[in-house]
Amino acid sequence: MESIVVAEGLHKSFGDVRALRGLDLNVRRGTVCGVLGPNGAGKTTAVRVLATLAAPDAGHASVAGHDVVREAAEVRARIGLAGQYAAVDEKLTGRGNLRMFGRLSHLPRREAHRRADELLDRFGLADAADRRVAGYSGGMRRRLDLIASLVRRPEVLFLDEPTTGLDPRSRGEIWQAVRELVADGTTVLLTTQYLDEADRLADDVAVVDHGRVIATGTPDELKATVGDRLDVVVEDPADLPRAAAVLTGLAGAEPAVSGGDRVSVALPGGLRLAGVVRELDRAGVAAADVRLRRPTLDEVFLRLTGRTEPVA
Amino acid sequence: MIRLRWALADGVTLVGREFARLRHDPGEIVAALLFPAVMVVLFGYVFGSAIGVPGGGDYREYLMPGLFAMVTFSSVTGVMTRTAADASRGVMDRFRSMPMARSAVPFGQTGADLLIGLPMLAVMVVAGLLAGWRPHLGPVATAQAFLLMVVLRYALSWVGVYAGLAVRDDRVADALVPLSLPVTMVSNAFVPTGGMPGWLRFLADWNPVSALTAATRELFGNPGVPAGDLAWPLAHPVAAVLLWSAALLAVSVPLALRALSL
Ligand SMILES: Nc1ncnc2c1ncn2[C@@H]1O[C@H](COP(=O)(O)OP(=O)(O)OP(=O)(O)O)[C@@H](O)[C@H]1O
Ligand SMILES: [Mg+2]
Repeated sequence: MESIVVAEGLHKSFGDVRALRGLDLNVRRGTVCGVLGPNGAGKTTAVRVLATLAAPDAGHASVAGHDVVREAAEVRARIGLAGQYAAVDEKLTGRGNLRMFGRLSHLPRREAHRRADELLDRFGLADAADRRVAGYSGGMRRRLDLIASLVRRPEVLFLDEPTTGLDPRSRGEIWQAVRELVADGTTVLLTTQYLDEADRLADDVAVVDHGRVIATGTPDELKATVGDRLDVVVEDPADLPRAAAVLTGLAGAEPAVSGGDRVSVALPGGLRLAGVVRELDRAGVAAADVRLRRPTLDEVFLRLTGRTEPVA
Repeated sequence: MIRLRWALADGVTLVGREFARLRHDPGEIVAALLFPAVMVVLFGYVFGSAIGVPGGGDYREYLMPGLFAMVTFSSVTGVMTRTAADASRGVMDRFRSMPMARSAVPFGQTGADLLIGLPMLAVMVVAGLLAGWRPHLGPVATAQAFLLMVVLRYALSWVGVYAGLAVRDDRVADALVPLSLPVTMVSNAFVPTGGMPGWLRFLADWNPVSALTAATRELFGNPGVPAGDLAWPLAHPVAAVLLWSAALLAVSVPLALRALSL
């Protein structure tokens, strides 16, 4: 499928801080690409470069076939951006904001007004449209911010952590909005620290760490690279150290202990469940449950970035 | 040509935005309009009772050109705080990611400031007239005095745009606002500079606030036009105001446009 966002070898430093160190990215038209990464990984910097807000020190990038540096105006006419913080005018009403952004996108006045009404209706802000944004809830602001980036029907929409800090309901509303946009043919690049968000929304995931993409693929492909997980729940917590030792022997890696009665480890391929049960038996561990499962994206992420704490 | 037209249209949209903001904020309008009137009472009647005018004359006649200068210079802090608020809330990023002319942002801000400044000036004129101030040298000189204020105000508003983009943080910008007070006070706006210690007098004589005050005193025929051995800006105040305006524009316009483009 055709690539609509392409980045090759992007570098960007702020003084001593090397925010991007050779970032490559490829987003297929009509898909959602989730960019995952811990704090400070360079997600926002990458989005800012792609949205023409910052020039890369080296490397190049194009959006919808136009170079983000040399043809910035062409790119700007085709993108929408909703940043990490709601970028709307607090002193204006929701409708006032959308009309202003419509006019600044060079829609004729009538069209700007019509589009504002349409978007407010469609995304459930019609009732609050004539109130000042200063009185909006966090979720309403983010939604307004999202639709402010839609006034011109962008080909590519950049969303930088669109749901950070929102309650589950508001997150669900944003997700629904993104799905509808993609159904209409918009390409979405979204950064997130929530792995479940990437899992549910993204067709492809790029894991970024230290300014570089360290893994790409569909969520399933990424999970497959880590291998299946083996969870063992013991009946007696006192057995936990012995169970852990057995798994260490089998998997060649230190298992993660959780919940006081559960050990979990990534299994190399080829190991059979029956063999595991036999080994546990031989060590005298009474297991309440032994099962193989697909890894979660969190586990993939922790493995890839070498972090020990979950990010979300 | 088409680009210029869009830049103008976008600038007009952004001027409209500033007015829409004000419309939702009647408190701010009242405060902005009340400020000049409060200044006339505070300085004219409270301080004025204790300050003598060099060469004689009514203190309130002496004071009004200084207050006009003060209102003119309030443009810097007003534009700076508005621009910094946009830069820190990400609104500036949204503008910059849109297919609009980037120069529309400062043109909108400075254009709006000019329009906001006119009613403030009008209130100041009315307050001055009520307090006994009069322009004495006829309509042409009077118009020239107001024109000088408008020209310098516009140049100062560009300084405000650049300052706002440079601080990028509305809390820092708000914290900087009180610093404008000493800048207007260390001048001939409220008291003659003759009595200040040498180094302070030097700063006051070369302060653009003093040039504007001296120029409008001259053009209104108000008392306190100094004589004798004067610093150059006070000996040629009208030229000094025009030069200050040109110099401020020449420096701050390119700086502001550069700050916006990256
Ligand atoms: N304008 C800037 N000036 C200085 N340093 C910056 C600037 N912008 C980003 N950085 C630094 O670059 C690095 C990458 O930052 P970036 O904001 O891109 O990370 P991120 O992945 O978006 O993080 P987060 O999840 O916290 O939003 C960080 O170390 C950050 O401190
Ligand atoms: Mg970020």
